[in-house]
Amino acid sequence: MLGLNSKDQTLFLVVIALTLLAPFVLNPFPEGSELAQFNAGYPDLMQRFVIFGIFAIGFNILFGLTGYLSFGHAAFLGVGSYAGVWMLKLLTMNVVPAIIVSVIFAGLFSAVVGYISLRRSGIYFSILTLAFAQMSFALAYSVLTPITNGETGLQLALDDPRILDVSRMDGSIPATNFFGIEMRDGFDLALGPWVFTFNFGYYLCAIVMLVAFYISLRIFRSPFGMMLRAVKTNQHRLRYTGKNPKPYTLAAFVISGMYAGLAGGLMVAMDPLAGAERMQWTASGEVVLMTILGGAGTLLGPVLGAGVIKYFENIFSKINDNVLYNWFSFLPESAQDVFVFMIHPFIGKGWHLTLGIMFMLVVIFLPGGVVEGGQRLGRLFRRRNSSDSTGGATTPNAHPAE
Amino acid sequence: MDAILLQILNGLDKGSAYALIALGLTLIFGTLGVVNFAHGALFMLGAFCAVTLNKIFQFSYETIDPVRKDFLGNPLKVETPYVYDWFGADAGAAMIEWSVPLSILFAIPVMILIGLTMERGLIKYFYKRPHADQILVTFGLAIVLQEIIKYFYGANPIPTPAPQALTGSADIGAAIGFDAGSIIYPYWRLVYFLFATVIIGGVFAFLRYTTFGMVVRAGMADRETVGLLGINIDKRFTIMFAIAACVAGLAGVMYTPINSPNYHMGMDFLVLSFVVVVVGGMGSLGGAVAAGFLLGVLESFASMGEIVALLPGINQIIIYLVAIIILLTRPRGLMGRKGVMEE
Repeated sequence: MLGLNSKDQTLFLVVIALTLLAPFVLNPFPEGSELAQFNAGYPDLMQRFVIFGIFAIGFNILFGLTGYLSFGHAAFLGVGSYAGVWMLKLLTMNVVPAIIVSVIFAGLFSAVVGYISLRRSGIYFSILTLAFAQMSFALAYSVLTPITNGETGLQLALDDPRILDVSRMDGSIPATNFFGIEMRDGFDLALGPWVFTFNFGYYLCAIVMLVAFYISLRIFRSPFGMMLRAVKTNQHRLRYTGKNPKPYTLAAFVISGMYAGLAGGLMVAMDPLAGAERMQWTASGEVVLMTILGGAGTLLGPVLGAGVIKYFENIFSKINDNVLYNWFSFLPESAQDVFVFMIHPFIGKGWHLTLGIMFMLVVIFLPGGVVEGGQRLGRLFRRRNSSDSTGGATTPNAHPAE
Repeated sequence: MDAILLQILNGLDKGSAYALIALGLTLIFGTLGVVNFAHGALFMLGAFCAVTLNKIFQFSYETIDPVRKDFLGNPLKVETPYVYDWFGADAGAAMIEWSVPLSILFAIPVMILIGLTMERGLIKYFYKRPHADQILVTFGLAIVLQEIIKYFYGANPIPTPAPQALTGSADIGAAIGFDAGSIIYPYWRLVYFLFATVIIGGVFAFLRYTTFGMVVRAGMADRETVGLLGINIDKRFTIMFAIAACVAGLAGVMYTPINSPNYHMGMDFLVLSFVVVVVGGMGSLGGAVAAGFLLGVLESFASMGEIVALLPGINQIIIYLVAIIILLTRPRGLMGRKGVMEE
């Protein structure tokens, strides 16, 4: 099906199922229960999962396959979101042109940046991309204020032309829509104590993500993908065989830039606002963290990494001391205090600390990220099973890295 | 003429900070071959050493003054820092006043300890791993250190003033023959510049004139051969890491009066100092120092009113612009050795 082999097909089907059923999967706890705060099934967060998933998938095409560590990818996301908001301002509130224009602009911009940065490799490449991103950030923040609206951020306004839209009579800014279906539309499904929210905006993002995932799957399996891997393994040897790696790396760079632009476009399609801080280097660092955490060079890794980080950012940061006291309420009071005191730095506003520690542990002990962790676990179980059946004589079978 | 001189002077303090951080980064890179993204965090830790010492000196207990009354007639409460009791009122007051310079003494052992722990506990395992892994793990460490500081000291900048005697400004213009008042320059910036010169000179002298430094330089050139001569080069490199951490920390200590320390100052400086290192040339100590001062001065020139009016925004992007141009025309950087990190 779709030109995939059976293993990839299974993977893709699993991803489709997980994405489309996300409102169920992410809402395992009944409404009003103690654990309901761990539910991540609300539209805002689900949209963020898939949008950052797209961003990380794109980043992974560059970093995972080619090995070029870019520290400036947030710039493309930022350019994409500015372009998207401008389309919403000038043309129509329909999100389709906005998203398309975001991708195109990010692609053009990344072609320029990539053409220049890819003259160097290794840490020089990282610094060059970082320098470009910081420059775009500084420019968006100050000089380009007519285009970017400086530190306030670019917003929609009532007097925007919006030439294709009939302006509304009630004097409010119309909502972003997809051929008439508003992004914030959706319905709640109450099943017993559970409430599942189905949001149109999320499903649009989810379908875009599935397409993006499919494209990256095909890229990973294509001769082009093999070429990128060859670049990562040994560029010199590649050059000696008569191949010029530059067009391939540049293509990978532009593709990943377009993915970033797509993420930016979707972001403004869901929430029509673009600010310069989206382009700061810490934002670029975040997507690096996502990709590494999930597993660079694997298909599913970046999406998982994006999910984990966004989950932490939104759910862990909400836990505060009161919640902790609630959890430990079964203990004697002094023990409660001790536990809360010990956990306090890692939750709420301190969730960055947890993230940093987790990230360090992953880099130190699990260079392949969460995906490799899963594989190791899987292998452990498989070995135990087979040793039970064959009486200990096992050969560790090699698994490819996906 | 005096305007140009003023800009050069203005650039020197920031340039000193860049140069000191870049010097440490280059020391670590040149000896251990590790790209240390946590170096900015070390700078920040140094600054917070000064904050800590200042706070320790200001620990005080409350007593009721039997003589004085406030305007309602209630007995007045007085805060007496403990240092007043231990060292006498005058010496105590002087200690609080001079807490930033005194923090140097406090910061040296602390930073050396932190440096040793970091190298032995983490960096040592990353010598053989790719540069990307080193960047990532030290980046994670930087986040952790930053968050720990945020947890203990809060997110707001903590003003830590310089001693009263050094807070004024010098009228350099009058001193060197321009109009009086044309070049007014804060003393502390001069102090910072002199301090940076001393530290940089010290590090260079250490590497140049001591046996230890000679061995380290030999190790930088060819690690294996030095090891084969029966020298424990790893131990010396560990010490070099501690020295680099110390340099970054001291740069942070002395920077506190210029800019109140906050938890993300390390990250702010880190990016710039990496650019500085690359501009100077990976692995070249002289290049790092020269590029640090050069970029600091360039940045202050670019923020001159006339230039900003001509090219708006140039003051914010000048460093990156210079870095891009240098990297593209001279990939080795200003004074880089051939073949360092060029693939």
